[in-house]
Amino acid sequence: MAGYIVRRLLQAIPVLLGTTFLIYFMVFAMPGDPIVALFGDKTPPPQVIEQLRERYHLDQPFIVQYFIFLGNIFRGDLGTSFSGQPVSEILAATFPVTLRLAVLAIFFEMIAGISVGLISGLRKGGIFDASALVVSLILISLPIFVVAFVAQYIFGIQLGWFRTTVGVGAPTQDLILPALVLATISFAQITRLTRASVIDTDTQDFVRTAASKGLSRTRIVPVHILRNSLIPVVTYLAVDFGVLMVGATVTEGIFNVPGVGRTLYQAIIRGEGPTVVSFVTVMVLIYLVVNLLVDLLYAVLDPRIRYAK
Amino acid sequence: MTEIVNTDVQQTSVDTGERPLLEIKDLQVGFTTQDGLVKAVDGVNITLYRGQSLAIVGESGSGKSTTAHAIINLLPGTGHISGGQILLDGQDLTKASKKEMESIRGRKIGFVPQDPMSNLNPVWSIGFQVEEAIKANGIATGRKEVKKRAIEVLKQAGLQDADRRLKQFPHQFSGGMRQRVLIGMGLAADPQLLIADEPTSALDVTVQRVILDHLESLTRELGTTLLFITHDLGLAAERAEQLVVMYKGRVVESGPSAQILQNPQHPYTQRLVAAAPSLASRRIQASGSIAAAESSMAEDASAAAGDAIDLIATAEARAEALEALASAPPAIVVENLTKVFKIRGSGDFTAVDDISFQIAKGTTTALVGESGSGKSTVAKMLLKLEDTTSGKIVVGGRDLASVTGKEMFELRSRMQPVFQDPYGSLNPLRNIGNTISEPLYTHKVGTRADRRARVYELLDQVSLPRTLVGRYPNELSGGQRQRIAIARALALKPEIVVLDEAVSALDVLVQAQILRLLADLQSELGLTYLFITHDLAVVRVIADHVCVMQRGKIVETATTDEVFDNPKEQYTRDLLAAIPGAGIQLGA
Amino acid sequence: MPSNTTRPDQQHFVAPIEETPLVAIDKVQTEGKPSNLWRDAWNDVRKRPMFWISSALIVLVVIVALFPGLFTQVPPNNDCQLANSNGAPTDGHPLGFTKQGCDIYSRIIHGTSTSLSVGIIVTVLVFVLGIVFGAFAGFYGGWIDSVLSRLGDIFFSIPYILAAVVIMSVFSQYANVWVISLAIGIFAWPATARVLRAEILRVKNADFVMAATALGVSRFRILLRHVLPNSIAPVIVITTISLASAIVAEATLSFLGVGLPSSTMSWGNDISAAQTDLRTAPQVLILPSIALSITVLSFIMLGEVIRDALDPKARAQR
Repeated sequence: MAGYIVRRLLQAIPVLLGTTFLIYFMVFAMPGDPIVALFGDKTPPPQVIEQLRERYHLDQPFIVQYFIFLGNIFRGDLGTSFSGQPVSEILAATFPVTLRLAVLAIFFEMIAGISVGLISGLRKGGIFDASALVVSLILISLPIFVVAFVAQYIFGIQLGWFRTTVGVGAPTQDLILPALVLATISFAQITRLTRASVIDTDTQDFVRTAASKGLSRTRIVPVHILRNSLIPVVTYLAVDFGVLMVGATVTEGIFNVPGVGRTLYQAIIRGEGPTVVSFVTVMVLIYLVVNLLVDLLYAVLDPRIRYAK
Repeated sequence: MTEIVNTDVQQTSVDTGERPLLEIKDLQVGFTTQDGLVKAVDGVNITLYRGQSLAIVGESGSGKSTTAHAIINLLPGTGHISGGQILLDGQDLTKASKKEMESIRGRKIGFVPQDPMSNLNPVWSIGFQVEEAIKANGIATGRKEVKKRAIEVLKQAGLQDADRRLKQFPHQFSGGMRQRVLIGMGLAADPQLLIADEPTSALDVTVQRVILDHLESLTRELGTTLLFITHDLGLAAERAEQLVVMYKGRVVESGPSAQILQNPQHPYTQRLVAAAPSLASRRIQASGSIAAAESSMAEDASAAAGDAIDLIATAEARAEALEALASAPPAIVVENLTKVFKIRGSGDFTAVDDISFQIAKGTTTALVGESGSGKSTVAKMLLKLEDTTSGKIVVGGRDLASVTGKEMFELRSRMQPVFQDPYGSLNPLRNIGNTISEPLYTHKVGTRADRRARVYELLDQVSLPRTLVGRYPNELSGGQRQRIAIARALALKPEIVVLDEAVSALDVLVQAQILRLLADLQSELGLTYLFITHDLAVVRVIADHVCVMQRGKIVETATTDEVFDNPKEQYTRDLLAAIPGAGIQLGA
Repeated sequence: MPSNTTRPDQQHFVAPIEETPLVAIDKVQTEGKPSNLWRDAWNDVRKRPMFWISSALIVLVVIVALFPGLFTQVPPNNDCQLANSNGAPTDGHPLGFTKQGCDIYSRIIHGTSTSLSVGIIVTVLVFVLGIVFGAFAGFYGGWIDSVLSRLGDIFFSIPYILAAVVIMSVFSQYANVWVISLAIGIFAWPATARVLRAEILRVKNADFVMAATALGVSRFRILLRHVLPNSIAPVIVITTISLASAIVAEATLSFLGVGLPSSTMSWGNDISAAQTDLRTAPQVLILPSIALSITVLSFIMLGEVIRDALDPKARAQR
């Protein structure tokens, strides 16, 4: 197990370097004046341009620029936004809100997704299964902003069950609708993944042997079928995080949640290139860490990895 | 409708008024498929009394496993009992409710499955799974009691330091140990009846005998009635008092196993008797020579079976062909061959350790060993599918290590393989014609018309209809696919054919057919065979020389007769002892 | 009981031969047309209603994209009059008007080709890159695999929409269908490569590959003729789904303002522009959303059907 952890960590390092390099490269190694390009059609005040040129050491060779950038990131220096606030401060203020939103979303999608998937898989071909399939396919097809707008319109405007935008301080009850929206697509994927996994596990030999020992179906389903079916679902969580990050950007923007996503959304809309780069870099780093954690979780769930002979 | 055949005057029939423990009456089991109802079991009758042992014998598709699963109502997929009764001590199990069945399973009927790896949940510890069985059947309650009982079960299964073993996981156990645990779990509640579904087929040969002895002693100790399923007639007759032979979902013959073996009446049973390698090799040993064995078989029995599957006839044919060969030069010479694999993290693994042997042209040498013996690695090195670490392989006078490029390409056409898995040896997306002609195409032999003609010729040689050229592998059975694989191997008219467990995955009758085909082809085409297998009984029938391998080394090498009549090494003796059917009386 | 006595119901029984006739051992039984994986899959897919529905929808979408003139005479941009802002449907304008007073129906029709173009270009890019990288990594192994897999990991670590956002932020003045497709595709290929690599790892150890090697067939030919065709099935499934994802990605980028310029007809742009009036004129947002969703749904349904048809476990049960 220790060997597994060490190997994963070692594997993560070149990926980390490569990813940050790629992001930096996309923005700063392109021909033309990167500062002007970053701002798109907007023209920032000349002092800002000067400041940025100095900041990004544009007179230095590209590799040096990159390492300075990397060093800055790890020292927590993420630059300044147009409004003058250090990006790291903005992140610190908005991160807890997004965290709450994400936790809610993951909670919804896991509970609902695994339950629906389990029942669909156990009663394959039945009415529940067919309906769940149709609903899942539709949900996967809807872009997240469509789901967000439809939810906002129906539940916020028409039915009035929820506020259409989140209030000051983002009280948790206001986060429920955005969390549900955020969870939608992942819910559909988790349902289908769980279903496939349950069907596969149900046909395994050890399930029949468990029954032959005299175990009741009520025990076999959670202990043998569900437990084994969870492994592929956990693996999916890593990818899911990426989907959530993108979804959060859109959802927070639409519901006006004062989180990381909305800040990124506004920075994109306003064309604040450097802020976008900093935010995306941090998000990617978090994504890498989450991936690593999921791999570790996978080892916990599967003893074959933990105790490799 | 029953024919009662009483050939042995000393048998008397006695009615003691006792009720049978298990009575299966006219059982019908079907599966619902896209094309309607498929009957897997069609009118099966079985009677089993307390304390007895009964074996159901049949090939795949005979319905033997389905019958066993039907007894405990754990049929896979769409299987269901569509008629008949299953009486356990008078109670009809087909009418039992779900809850009743749950309490009967484990408590009254125990089950030992076939494959010990796939039948244990990999994510839970062994202790957890054993304790589960104990708790479910009410043998013990309370954590301490349950754990104590679990340790007892493991100890009874022959596992040392059971306490530590409880916390380990299935993948940390060997195959034999896992099967012992499963047997232990099956017997944990001291059930009246134990059903064992091919309990040793997935294990190594020497382990099989140990496990079966273990099973036998446990059930005798507890007085458990044993019902076991097998495809090996020799094994069934050796271990069970009563025998039931199934074919296509029906019982074709049943009764005391000794009687059936000495005097098989139904043509199908006669086929099985003629085609079972274990019985054939026992018969040869018992009679002293192949010729004597052939004449010892009952006249009508061997006639009914026909030469195509009569293994003793095959052995005879081969022995005659061997005599006709003048002392031949070696086709293959292997000297001090070694292969070391470098495994990341655990150092070096020596798969093949300094082995040497020779194969004379036109003969068959068998390389026998269990899993991990290195025999397959030897085959791969011979075919240059793996590099050698050291040592020499000389084929037809050329040292393989020094042959490269075009020469190697040409040399490849002179030795061809046939592999074990019929379902993996043919490209599923290419039709039969293309598969067989690929060697010709690759080596640029002839025009397209020539190649077509050769494909037809090859199909004739392996006794398959020419119409198969446009068909695909998924439409053929395992035996047919192996024939195609053989045809492909023969396409370039090789001198040497390497058969790596080529018949191990086939049903008994089909296996006998293929062995006969191989023997005929060998004498017709003057082929040299390297036959790799774990089954010594098959070796008796088709090999001239034997090399016994254990953990990378050759422990004994001699002619087949010598190895069987006079084994020198203990391991060889173990392998011989593992051939089932030791205790059966054969012949008149 | 002494061993030479038998109970009456356990005597030597032989079934009558008429009831249990023997067939020839291993008789060849082939009726009907020759079939393999692809033909079986086609036969299976043909019977499913979802296949026909999704195919019909896709054909419709393609026709609309190629020949918008068949569906509407109204030019999407030239007839916009602010007077009609958010207006209700009238004669000749079946779905009403946008905030700018443009015909919603016409904009939807003309937006189809944009979405479809992006979808197709991204899919081709992802298919080609994914197959090349996945095949080489999986088949040749060794250092090639290490390098290509690490490369895949790096690109996979940046969720492709986020990456596209960054790229399009930098290249906003060059934004057009090709650039946006490249931006999406460049980070989307690792998923396909991984799927192919995993399948190739499974197939390359099959006996028929060893048999071909023993024949002397070159490595590359083995990859091309034996391994690749037998590994391609899951890639086909994931490609159909990736087409759907690409369409969604383009719409999301446009929605975020880093997609196509507002001069290009795009469903994403229309949805984005309509959000301010969600309370008063929701249909302006909902209608293009429906068009988008139906298009995406049809590809997802097709992918689902194909997956079932090619699934080896489902095949075994047929």
